[in-house]
Amino acid sequence: MRTLLLLICCFVLPMAAAQQAPESPQASSSTNDTALPSLLLELTEANFRRMPSLVTEIEEVGGRTVLPLLTALQDGELYYQPGNRELVVRQESGGGRITVSDVFTGDVMDGIDTESLERVPINNRLRAVLQATIARILLFQGTDAEREQAARTMLSDLDEDNLAVLNEAIANEQVASVADMINVALAMNVLVTDAPQPERLAAVATLHGNLQGPVRNLLRSFLDDLGRNEQDPEVRAAMVSAMASIERKVRFYQLMEQAFYGLSLGSVLLLAAIGLAVTFGVMGVINMAHGEMLMLGAYTTYVVQLLMPEFINYSLWVAIPAAFMVSGLVGMFIQRFVIRYLNGRPLETLLATFGISLILQQAVRTIFSPLNRRVVSPDWMSGAWDINPVLSLTNNRLFILLFSIIVFVILLWILKKTSLGLQVRAVSQNRDMAKAMGIRTDWVDAMTFGLGSGIAGIAGVALSQLTNVGPNLGQDYIIDSFMVVVFGGVGNLWGTLVGAFSLGLANKFMEPMTGAVLAKIITLVFIILFIQVRPKGLFPQKGRAAE
Amino acid sequence: MSQLASIWGELRRGSNTITLFVVVLFAATVLASLSNLLLPESSALHVSTYTITLLGKYLCYAMLALAVDVIWGYCGILSLGHGAFFALGGYAMGMYLMRQIGDRGVYGNPDLPDFMVFLNWDSLPWYWFGMDQFWFAMLMVGLVPGLLALVFGWLAFRSRVTGVYLSIITQALTYALMLAFFRNEMGFGGNNGLTDFKEIAGFDLSADNTRIGLFVITAMVLGVVFVTSQLIMRSRLGRVLVSIRDSEARARFLGYRTDHFKVWLFVYSALIAALAGALYVPQVGIINPGEFSPVNSIEIVVWVAVGGRGTLYGAVVGAILVSYAKTRFTSLVPESWIFMLGALFVFVTIFLPKGLAGLLKRRLQRDDNGDSNGSTETTTGEARA
Amino acid sequence: MKLNKVAAPDVSHKVILYIEALSVSFDGFKALNDLSLYINDGELRCLIGANGAGKTTLMDVITGKTRCDSGQVYFGQTVDLLKHDEAAIARLGIGRKFQKPTVFEALSVAENLELSLKTGKGVWFTLMARLDSEQRDRIDAVLATIGLSALRGRPAGVLSHGQKQWLEIGMLLVSDPRLMLIDEPVAGMTAQETEKTAELLTSLAGERTVVVVEHDMEFVRSIARTVTVLHQGSVLAEGTMDQVQNNPAVVEVYLGEEP
Repeated sequence: MRTLLLLICCFVLPMAAAQQAPESPQASSSTNDTALPSLLLELTEANFRRMPSLVTEIEEVGGRTVLPLLTALQDGELYYQPGNRELVVRQESGGGRITVSDVFTGDVMDGIDTESLERVPINNRLRAVLQATIARILLFQGTDAEREQAARTMLSDLDEDNLAVLNEAIANEQVASVADMINVALAMNVLVTDAPQPERLAAVATLHGNLQGPVRNLLRSFLDDLGRNEQDPEVRAAMVSAMASIERKVRFYQLMEQAFYGLSLGSVLLLAAIGLAVTFGVMGVINMAHGEMLMLGAYTTYVVQLLMPEFINYSLWVAIPAAFMVSGLVGMFIQRFVIRYLNGRPLETLLATFGISLILQQAVRTIFSPLNRRVVSPDWMSGAWDINPVLSLTNNRLFILLFSIIVFVILLWILKKTSLGLQVRAVSQNRDMAKAMGIRTDWVDAMTFGLGSGIAGIAGVALSQLTNVGPNLGQDYIIDSFMVVVFGGVGNLWGTLVGAFSLGLANKFMEPMTGAVLAKIITLVFIILFIQVRPKGLFPQKGRAAE
Repeated sequence: MSQLASIWGELRRGSNTITLFVVVLFAATVLASLSNLLLPESSALHVSTYTITLLGKYLCYAMLALAVDVIWGYCGILSLGHGAFFALGGYAMGMYLMRQIGDRGVYGNPDLPDFMVFLNWDSLPWYWFGMDQFWFAMLMVGLVPGLLALVFGWLAFRSRVTGVYLSIITQALTYALMLAFFRNEMGFGGNNGLTDFKEIAGFDLSADNTRIGLFVITAMVLGVVFVTSQLIMRSRLGRVLVSIRDSEARARFLGYRTDHFKVWLFVYSALIAALAGALYVPQVGIINPGEFSPVNSIEIVVWVAVGGRGTLYGAVVGAILVSYAKTRFTSLVPESWIFMLGALFVFVTIFLPKGLAGLLKRRLQRDDNGDSNGSTETTTGEARA
Repeated sequence: MKLNKVAAPDVSHKVILYIEALSVSFDGFKALNDLSLYINDGELRCLIGANGAGKTTLMDVITGKTRCDSGQVYFGQTVDLLKHDEAAIARLGIGRKFQKPTVFEALSVAENLELSLKTGKGVWFTLMARLDSEQRDRIDAVLATIGLSALRGRPAGVLSHGQKQWLEIGMLLVSDPRLMLIDEPVAGMTAQETEKTAELLTSLAGERTVVVVEHDMEFVRSIARTVTVLHQGSVLAEGTMDQVQNNPAVVEVYLGEEP
């Protein structure tokens, strides 16, 4: 909750404030009010007894505009310069970099000695006051989302002040979603006070199927013998049904979450496997160094971020083509200098490429150390999409899911619509015939390998956003990728898609029951059994050519 | 020079490989053992107990290589998971050795191995029962890997999973087992595996005599396995296996149930590997899930590839040579070994597809062309796995 | 010696191979389309047809290599071939020679024949098997027939293409099959060899049933009593060579005349 509030404050508010500034002259004039600077000055020297009232005064004077100030104070990021006692926001990023910015505009201020800054102190009581104050400001002056969020914050803190604010707010509230949230808060209050039975029943009805954590806790405590233990049988029955409906929903959303994690795993498997599907489908050889192509892609991301530390947010856009090039070139190199000489000997190819994978791993260990490296996620990849209190989808997984589909579609397009694709398909169906038709199979092989490996490199970029980057990164995926290709059927990209997502889903749905390791083992056993029934996978290539 | 020529003459005749191999193995074993027991430590020819144990380890590896060669070299089944059978055999032996510790462990519990006490288990899991009996443990050494190979082979070969598919599935098998054995709840010591053994069948494992005894036993078992395998490969069964390797479909049209042949050969090979594992564990004193790792299994394949698949002595020689190189290089420059191993894979597959044995055979054929009518060796021709 | 227990096919109605309404399709392409064919016991039958007519697919179905979509294949009156796998069908006494000679190149010529002997094919049996004098004689006789006696110890991989063809035929002979399916026996053979093959096949018929697929019309004419023409997966015509050659449907398909 708090991080979310912070996020909103950090990103939405400065913009909103900047936009609103010309429209609401009274807001800007109130900052110019003589009272505010003196109050701000007092903030740097007040003791804890004075602080709560000071905060309230600042709120009264400044209104919405002081929101960034209060948020910074709440997060312990409010500092002042010892000389002129000017307030600034001092933030520490994940990498330990310190930025100092203006309290109201959010502009980064350069040339300030960060060491000399003094922190405005804060204690728990003040934190509570700040929370209520911020919520109050938002509830009356925020946007729709902010108002709803503010009301939600109050669910877990229904003291008299907050109730008064809520009661006041409901009278003016026009937006249904906000009003609903406020009504939930008021209904919760009705339950904890000694209201008459009809009112209590109505309140329970309001809470029916509500997923907010405080609502669940409250109802649970009413149904708990050791808790509030509701005595009225009718109210209790209503509560039981309300609780049941909530739990049904919670279970449903938990299932959704599992499905999401399954799809997410599936997207990673898809990215890892389609490259393999292309090289295996076309050339009938397994590149055991395929996993290392993933690893190279992930390390490329790491290096790109080292090279452009100032532009982490854009680093991925550089890393994707870079990883494609690096892995693709290494793949072509392997094809030209090793695999070409093992034509028609798939098992030897498997061994030789395994040797290459050992060399690549050891090379990475030597160059980058055997320890894992952390790749930073850009801001737009971090955070989550909160659908409701029990279901939130992390952005990085969402983006990678989307990304895998895009890569899949592009690959499909390349194979179906370009001349390279036509030649690749021709070679994969009948190598000798294609050669006779004048297709340079050598060249097609090299390009195919480059393409497959390049895609693995891209997959490595995606993977670096989910897990740490280490020399063994690829090893964990080669077996899984191959299982996906086998399961889906060799030479069929759609099979790979279906295979990847079904294996991902199966794995994640099994995990809560069996644990991760057992789920993996069961999946492997399943595939071995599956091959009994359909030796050529879900979508086999038919015909005599497939023999 | 004349000695060398006579050895070459033996090899050329092929049919005498068995005798030659057994003689060399026997001589080496006796010499090494005697020089350890009889010569004073100061003597230049003295073989230290450390070296004896190392040699014993190499012989276990040689047996393992033989197991892989039997299926890969003769029947075209490339298993990338043979380490699993080796490790299972090793674990069965390790469980026996663990029970022999008795109350001499750190926690002094007469029934429970230390790691179980550490995990707060109060009784032995069912699958540990009977493992304190030597005969039962030896039964399990064969039974567990054999059954796994039977079930796995039956499933895989019946549905005609061949080539790279099979290789990857065998790799998945050992990978899955590795994951499982890493878990503490499995009851096999988790990460640390089984170690701190004290004695085997009443003999102190740290005593020189026990070590030499184990070494001699290993050499003998290797000899028996070699001779048995060579006899199998010389029988009509061996020829059926080669025909399956070169054209399985054709062999089927001749009326051979190729899947049956492959399953039984696979089980035989797994048993050899398990035996090697069981002999390996008391000599090195530890077994842990790392033995299941796919890299270990694929290293076996490179031994066979270096030595020359399709010739049993090639597998043995390859295993010993590569293992020796590994020992030397990892002690000199630890990081370089992986690079060398990787390069070895690439080099052997591209430039030395028939391994050292193939090289040797080419030399022999150049010495006297033509006179190969009686040859029953099977590596000639375009053996493509 | 399980094999001796395999009952000989019931040919009381003179027909050894019943193929009825057989259909096989690959991804929508009908390789065999409602094909019906009857082969009499002791007959020498030639199958001809353009590429893609379904000749090889038909052989694949009979020998258990390819599963059919619908239809029936009976060996004699009682044995349903669709219920058996390749190995079982081979043990029933149906031998096959492939279009592309596939001999075991790493094994010697004699060993190739040894593996083809009509004898036990189980794992344990082959482990213990030794050639008895009768089998030795049989191998020697076949080696003489196919003219490879001098090369018996050489690996089959060193044989020429024609010699491999002969070895394949030898492997078929030594297995003493009841029904022989022979796919393009004379491809890559010299004129004399072709003549010799024709002689051999004609001599085999009567005692055994022989089905030959061949493109060489001269060869077919020289051996065939009955010829079946396949076209697009079904039987187009059947009869003697002359009947077939004068059949308007065949003429149209082969020469492309307007109807």
